[in-house]
Amino acid sequence: MSDAPTDQGIPDPEGQTEIIETDFEIGQDNVEGSLGPFGFDVHNPVFLISGLTIVAFVFYALVFQEQAAAAFGALRPWLTSTFDWFFLISANFFVVFCLFLVVSPWGSVRLGGKDAVPDYTYIGWFAMLFAAGMGIGLMFFGVLEPVYHMAISEPLGVPSPFAEDGTIIPENVEAAKRMGLAATIYHWGLHPWAIYAVVALALALFSFNKGLPLTIRSAFYPIFGERVWGWTGHIIDTLAVFATLFGLATSLGFGAQQANAGLEHVFGLPNSINVQVILITVITAVALVSVLRGLDGGVKVLSEINMVLAALLLLFVLLVGPTGVILADFFAGLSTYAREIFALSNPVGREDIGFLDGWTSFYWAWWVSWSPFVGMFIARVSRGRTVREFVICVLIIPSLVCVLWMAVFGGAAIDQVLSDPAGSAVKAQVIDSYNPPISLFAMLEGLPLSAITSTLGIVLVIVFFVTSSDSGSLVIDTITAGGKVDAPVGQRVFWCTFEGAVAIVLLLGGGLSALQAMVISTGLPFSLVLLLMCVAIVKGLMAERDVLISEPEDG
Amino acid sequence: MFSKIMVPVDLAHQAKLSRSLDCAAELARHFDIPVIYAGVTGTAPGPTGHTPEEYTRNLAEFAAAQAVRSGISTGYHTIISHDPRVELDACLLRATEELEADLIVMEAHVPNVLDHLLPSDGGTIAKLAKATVMVVRN
Repeated sequence: MSDAPTDQGIPDPEGQTEIIETDFEIGQDNVEGSLGPFGFDVHNPVFLISGLTIVAFVFYALVFQEQAAAAFGALRPWLTSTFDWFFLISANFFVVFCLFLVVSPWGSVRLGGKDAVPDYTYIGWFAMLFAAGMGIGLMFFGVLEPVYHMAISEPLGVPSPFAEDGTIIPENVEAAKRMGLAATIYHWGLHPWAIYAVVALALALFSFNKGLPLTIRSAFYPIFGERVWGWTGHIIDTLAVFATLFGLATSLGFGAQQANAGLEHVFGLPNSINVQVILITVITAVALVSVLRGLDGGVKVLSEINMVLAALLLLFVLLVGPTGVILADFFAGLSTYAREIFALSNPVGREDIGFLDGWTSFYWAWWVSWSPFVGMFIARVSRGRTVREFVICVLIIPSLVCVLWMAVFGGAAIDQVLSDPAGSAVKAQVIDSYNPPISLFAMLEGLPLSAITSTLGIVLVIVFFVTSSDSGSLVIDTITAGGKVDAPVGQRVFWCTFEGAVAIVLLLGGGLSALQAMVISTGLPFSLVLLLMCVAIVKGLMAERDVLISEPEDG
Repeated sequence: MFSKIMVPVDLAHQAKLSRSLDCAAELARHFDIPVIYAGVTGTAPGPTGHTPEEYTRNLAEFAAAQAVRSGISTGYHTIISHDPRVELDACLLRATEELEADLIVMEAHVPNVLDHLLPSDGGTIAKLAKATVMVVRN
């Protein structure tokens, strides 16, 4: 009858944390069973409601296409122009809040408990930060945005270097170049990453330190208390699933169109719905394989591969392109960003309304609407980091990577446009006509070995889509399983397939832009939600610090 | 003949484990060897524990209760995984090596149509583990 426990393989105790005492048992609302041979373990009612609303909205967008397009198509610009001040103020607040956390004493709180060890190495972690939400954007906007802001959108009223007749006005060139880069850096730097960091930090804190399930509603426990386990929480989680799935499906649909445009431009492949449906199917199929291989064997490996490929492309453009000009641009853009960040993020009394509402406010709504998805994924892979380390690594380092990326791709493109306006493919595709998907390939055309680099570009785009789709399925499945991370894999397969199916249906039947506009519109309510999350983070960190101070070492 | 039995357990589904637990206990008494209960957990809070530490405490209690119930010597072993569902088999194989167990007794569902397509946990372990594997149908 001897009891001889062996405890090999158990890591050190995770240290004191302030576990929230709640009567809620994780998984208590779940329904387990099997449908034919397939087992399932899902949250009731979040799984069913989100599934059904998604089907209902797809149906609405297909059957009442014109009405949906008119309604949501008008809603999005109305929101981003009416509430531009709100988006700008909240985004500024998130940046200040995150920077404050770095220097505050709460920065030393460790996610997962005092003695927790980081789950991932820096390399794997950084790779995954870009995999979920930003990789594709960098591919599509790296050339487009700097050139567009330099020549057309005139941020802060900095005049375009091009006169009406297309000739270059030499005295405008330097300022426009700097502002083009600075404005792009502004949209891809501190602000978006602060938005992601707030959501990710709230989720990681309340899950890994407080013991609440890894779903969006847990971050609201300090505010709503036990009510988060009822309908308040159901609605929060359903909204998050809804925004994530439609965000992914619509960008997958558009992504297929853009990848098709790239393939047509580079290989002369026909630009048709059939090719796009095949592309979505291929991306979804690869994502399925990645889903079945799990977090470490799938999305982490793909993210690391993509990081290496992206670094190769970046180095190529930097070294083969005008290296000196690009490096000068990098520092000029960065210093202009540092100087103009207050003017760019000023919400009132702006003259450059086109830039403010059409770009900045739109981006802020977009980042916020993606934040439940990206934030939840970042939270999942960030256990074991301190709050200070977390904020520095999620805010500062990705921002710098984005700055470098934009400086290299934008700088090379701007150089092509200004040095040979008549012969530049970038000028033709971005300034003279507006073809965003071609912009990257147009820039690569101006450099040697463009067939190889363009192919690499297409591969990067497709793999970034795969990692988004895979991490999205992981996030949606965790939310709809009530925070369980060990629900049957079949459920992830279901969400991944469902997302591809929604994308194909919307592509064939129309409604992609209407539903994407709707998803971006969710940025407004979610901005409020994020502000509440900051309150929850402060409350949570205060309680966590109190425990650390009051309990003796190794207590 | 054997020196140590490893029994993979899913603490969330203890009711489904009765046959493999009884079988392992019977074998443990017969050979007079200990049973180690191996559990795989994620780092996110779950129904079986809010932290890996709490999960380990629950697993220890489970092992102690089994010792009393079956009159055998028991132990426990926690394996922490980033993605417990997908990495289950790999984790269990690693645990077998770490524990130096030479007999694995594990519960498995009655095969259905899906098992023609996808590998089962019991099947994978039986194929890849160096130890002897006994798959008990529930």
